[in-house]
Amino acid sequence: MELSAPRGFDLWRRLRHEPTAAFGLAILLIFIPLALCAPLISPYDPLFQNISASLTPPSADYWLGTDKLGRDLLSRMLYGARISLWVGTAVVLSAGMIGTLAGLLAGYLRGWVDEVLMRVTDIFFAFPSLILAMAIAGALGPSLRNALIALVVVTWPVYARLIRGQVLSLREQEFVSAARASGSQHRRIILRHLLPNTLAPLLVQASFDVGTTILSVAGLSFIGFGAQPPLPEWGVMISEGRNYITTQWWLTGVPAMGILLLVAAFNLFGDGLRDILDPRLRR
Amino acid sequence: MTRFIIRRLAGLIFVMLGVSTMTFMLAQLVPVDPAANALGQNARPEQIEAYRTKMGLDRPVVEQYLTYLRRLLSGDLGESIRTRRAVLLDLRDYLPATIELAMASLVVSLLVGIPLGMWAAINRNQWNDGFARVLALLGGSLPVFYVGLLLLGLFYRQLQWLPGPGRLDSTLNPPADITGLFTVDSLLTGNWPVFQNSLAHLILPAITLGAFSTAVLVRMTRSAMLEVLAQDYVRTANAKGLSYRTVVWRHVLKNAMPPVLTTIGIIFGSLLSGAVLTETIFNWPGLGRYATTSVTSLDFPAVMGVTLVAAFIYPLVNTIVDIGYRFIDPRIQSE
Repeated sequence: MELSAPRGFDLWRRLRHEPTAAFGLAILLIFIPLALCAPLISPYDPLFQNISASLTPPSADYWLGTDKLGRDLLSRMLYGARISLWVGTAVVLSAGMIGTLAGLLAGYLRGWVDEVLMRVTDIFFAFPSLILAMAIAGALGPSLRNALIALVVVTWPVYARLIRGQVLSLREQEFVSAARASGSQHRRIILRHLLPNTLAPLLVQASFDVGTTILSVAGLSFIGFGAQPPLPEWGVMISEGRNYITTQWWLTGVPAMGILLLVAAFNLFGDGLRDILDPRLRR
Repeated sequence: MTRFIIRRLAGLIFVMLGVSTMTFMLAQLVPVDPAANALGQNARPEQIEAYRTKMGLDRPVVEQYLTYLRRLLSGDLGESIRTRRAVLLDLRDYLPATIELAMASLVVSLLVGIPLGMWAAINRNQWNDGFARVLALLGGSLPVFYVGLLLLGLFYRQLQWLPGPGRLDSTLNPPADITGLFTVDSLLTGNWPVFQNSLAHLILPAITLGAFSTAVLVRMTRSAMLEVLAQDYVRTANAKGLSYRTVVWRHVLKNAMPPVLTTIGIIFGSLLSGAVLTETIFNWPGLGRYATTSVTSLDFPAVMGVTLVAAFIYPLVNTIVDIGYRFIDPRIQSE
């Protein structure tokens, strides 16, 4: 049995009625506009230092407190959400596109193309992803952009495998044979018949991966291989506040809470989406 | 079965060849001259040139690659630029710390994850199920490095219940080197104080590293148990009047284990990746920290060595799990 994607409106309606998905969606619907509007709603410049207000606890002036350089944490959090969401979606979109293309080709053409592409994914799967990402980011020079490239490199094989598996079972189905028999060209079969039917599992995987990517970027930045200070990236913020964890908890607690909420939101959303798109797995 | 094992091992060799090629290509990407980097800022141009000739860096890339592969086959991973020792010797020093940490984390995940997953499945949709699921969500969504910092801040700095970073208090000498695992070696040599101390040092990093995999195991055990609980033979077992305990332990748990076993294999790979962050926070002298310092100092012979070893362990563990699987579950036949 194949997963089939319900059409737009239906999917939206069912998402709202799935409690976990709805909860994840609600968090995302709070975070995304906040991140988009960061320049408009931030009370301060996220890089502005006010040493006299250094290490202020959450208060009326500074809702989430300030860091050791007196920078407003709320403003840094809003800009940080922008960075995390942007990196998460950029990585998953790029990796998803590369992987989907590879998976479609491997699954549809079979033969040596399939063999070569799958052995290449084997090699990528062998690397512990963070170590590979770190080595790539180190080789290219530590920066947010290079961390992003590194994460695309370690993420795309997941999609190649996923899509290949889908295509392998789809290509045996009658509607594909019918299209082939009626003289459709390869390109048309791939784009019109195979691709749309792989979208459901693709969406589920992408939702989980945005969360995983946000965690990885924060981790890479934390150890110095991703975003660099003074950029208000959440991993960088936790790294900068690490010596104050027992005295000024908000320096690390606030960005950690941001990561937790955003990643949990994507995980819940992915869970809900999977339950909706694949009713057999509903528990 | 023999054919299956041979095929898996052949696949492993191919993967290792690919991995070494990729790490070699990665080293070529570094925009810094390796000779100048190795000799430091004060090196004269003719010294750099001499080093280049000595290390074969003036040869064409393809030739360098073939030399690298040839050396690799004889077990020579090159010399670290930073420590000026054979990379293999460095790895031999650092690997046991990571293995000890990964094992301890695996124990934490198994002891917490499987019972919690079972508990959740048996009490499906009750408060305990909700509790376990929230815990799994937290474990899967919290950044590992924050968990580590928090545990260290709370249990070491604030409450002073547990020792801080490192594998052992600085006042103690490491045990005689047998396996390289401090807890095991101290136990083997009957060195009680070192055993206690190294075990205490393991607790916080093991929990930190194990948090994520525990979450994965809770989810996996729960869903595997639920799947089996819905089977006809479980209904039959219930119907014929077996006690709930017997049904769960004898019928459900046994049949829910195969997917959980696969997950454990996969978890081991994620433990190695996660070890990078955990080792940084706990100043744990393992592979992850060696990798981090090597990448920072652009010590690419060392980086290549670490990635190679790390990339070897993961498929090796999975191959072992796959082979073990076929012994446990005879229904799985070779394709």
